[in-house]
Amino acid sequence: MGTLVELQAKIAELEEKLKAAQQFVVKREKIDVMSSEVVDTNPYSRLMALKRMGIVDNYESIRNFTVAVVGVGGVGSVTAEMLTRCGIGRLLLFDYDKVELANMNRLFFQPHQAGISKVEAAAQTLRNINPDVDIQTYNYNITTVDNFQHFMDTISTQSLTGGNVDLLLSCVDNFEARYAINTACNELNQIWIESGVSENAVSGHIQLIIPGETACFACAPPLVVASHIDEKTLKKDGVCAASLPTTMGIIAGLLVQNTLKYLLKFGSTANYLGYSALIDFFPTMKLKPNPSCDDSYCKIRQTEFSSKPKLITDDQKVEEEKPLHEDNNWGISLVDESLPEGDCKEEIATGISLAYALPRQDVDVSPGSASAADGINLDDLMAQMKSI
Amino acid sequence: MVDEGTRKTLSGIPLLQTKAGPRDKELWIQRLKEEYQSLIKYVQNNKEADNDWFRLESNKEGTRWFGKCWYIHDLLKYEFEVEFDIPVTYPHTAPEIALPELDGKTAKMYRGGKICLSDHFKPLWGRNVPKFGLSHAMALGLGPWLAVEVPDLISKGIITYKEKEPEKAT
Ligand SMILES: [Zn+2]
Repeated sequence: MGTLVELQAKIAELEEKLKAAQQFVVKREKIDVMSSEVVDTNPYSRLMALKRMGIVDNYESIRNFTVAVVGVGGVGSVTAEMLTRCGIGRLLLFDYDKVELANMNRLFFQPHQAGISKVEAAAQTLRNINPDVDIQTYNYNITTVDNFQHFMDTISTQSLTGGNVDLLLSCVDNFEARYAINTACNELNQIWIESGVSENAVSGHIQLIIPGETACFACAPPLVVASHIDEKTLKKDGVCAASLPTTMGIIAGLLVQNTLKYLLKFGSTANYLGYSALIDFFPTMKLKPNPSCDDSYCKIRQTEFSSKPKLITDDQKVEEEKPLHEDNNWGISLVDESLPEGDCKEEIATGISLAYALPRQDVDVSPGSASAADGINLDDLMAQMKSI
Repeated sequence: MVDEGTRKTLSGIPLLQTKAGPRDKELWIQRLKEEYQSLIKYVQNNKEADNDWFRLESNKEGTRWFGKCWYIHDLLKYEFEVEFDIPVTYPHTAPEIALPELDGKTAKMYRGGKICLSDHFKPLWGRNVPKFGLSHAMALGLGPWLAVEVPDLISKGIITYKEKEPEKAT
């Protein structure tokens, strides 16, 4: 440490830094009622203008809604920010990851948040942006047995009205978590929108799933939006997945746009909407549920739906529904496993295909099954495995 | 796509029958017995073929699995801890096998050391629900992963042989 002058300079510098830091923590106060008054200090004036213009009937009803965002990564964090800025009533955030510097090619999170759990880091930022939103965080992996039950209980009781959330948004990045969300939503009769970005970062999709009414995630093999990349030139050596803030931001935008349309009842909500970045193509389609879906609750919801009286609107009549259940539509091309994957992809709408075809008959690798003899004791098997 | 070697390995692993996951109580016990039977047979096959390469055991509920796997490279044995949870959606979705000690050491992994599976694994698994079990996940998932990644990690000096390792400057 040096002279008095140097120390004085140091103090001045630190005071400057403190001032800058204090500016950052300026907080806006909570607002009781959304006003449509157009003044600089009203954060809701441009949103309430949607009402004046006749786009939305009752914008302030957004405060009554609860949305669960599962997965707070590249898509989920941006989704949560948009909903927060729109003044959603309550947000439930689920994720078990921590923020990492490797996430910085995406939007929302900042380097100083590295090491904090994603839900906690997101909640801090979001509460700062809009303190009117009630944010709850759940820092766990929903696919394990214990957490899954807690997840189901939360989704079905933590809305502002004490029941099911108004909408669940799936922003997870893996098949297992999507399948778990699907299982929960079929059981709870929970309407949700699934979203995803491909591992090559140049395509994505959103899909509205109304249990019993539209195809669920288990009704068919995963859908793939054509990326218009030659699979043979796509290299996956040395990497699992690529990501772009652009594609993720676009998917988050489509997801929240449809969330707003669904909750505030304006426009029409897309059933399946794809995005193919390389050719700027947005395929859409509507998918009926599969009557022989593997998920037993999906079938129960289908029966419930078919016994309900339906309102037929004009655009629904015109819309062509793709029956996923007709065997010859997608199951017929029995796949020899030795065929290259590309040969068994079947296009079900322009630019959208199934990730793989299901076999109609058992695949012929038959060394005989593990005989499920009831006489055998599990403890004995465990001991035998241990002593090999 | 399944090559001849894999097809041969697969043909020796008993398929499973019971479509049940960890939330299914009694049916899950049934499934668990099949899992153990299939794993025991697979390990025995490996030993007979002089290609013994892993051991697994589970907690009492069969929801959490752990053990060891190893890979022989230039006559040296490289051993790793294996672990995974059975997801609630099993066997519709395969378990996400993890090698925690390699987390962060290779790009062919997701968070927590979960191995990155080939594009062929999931379709093949999906087409064989509920016949594929943990032994198939090991044979088609972890086995090929080790065969590609371990030699690569060794050649890059990211992992080194642990026992009887000659002294070297650090
Ligand atoms: Zn279904």
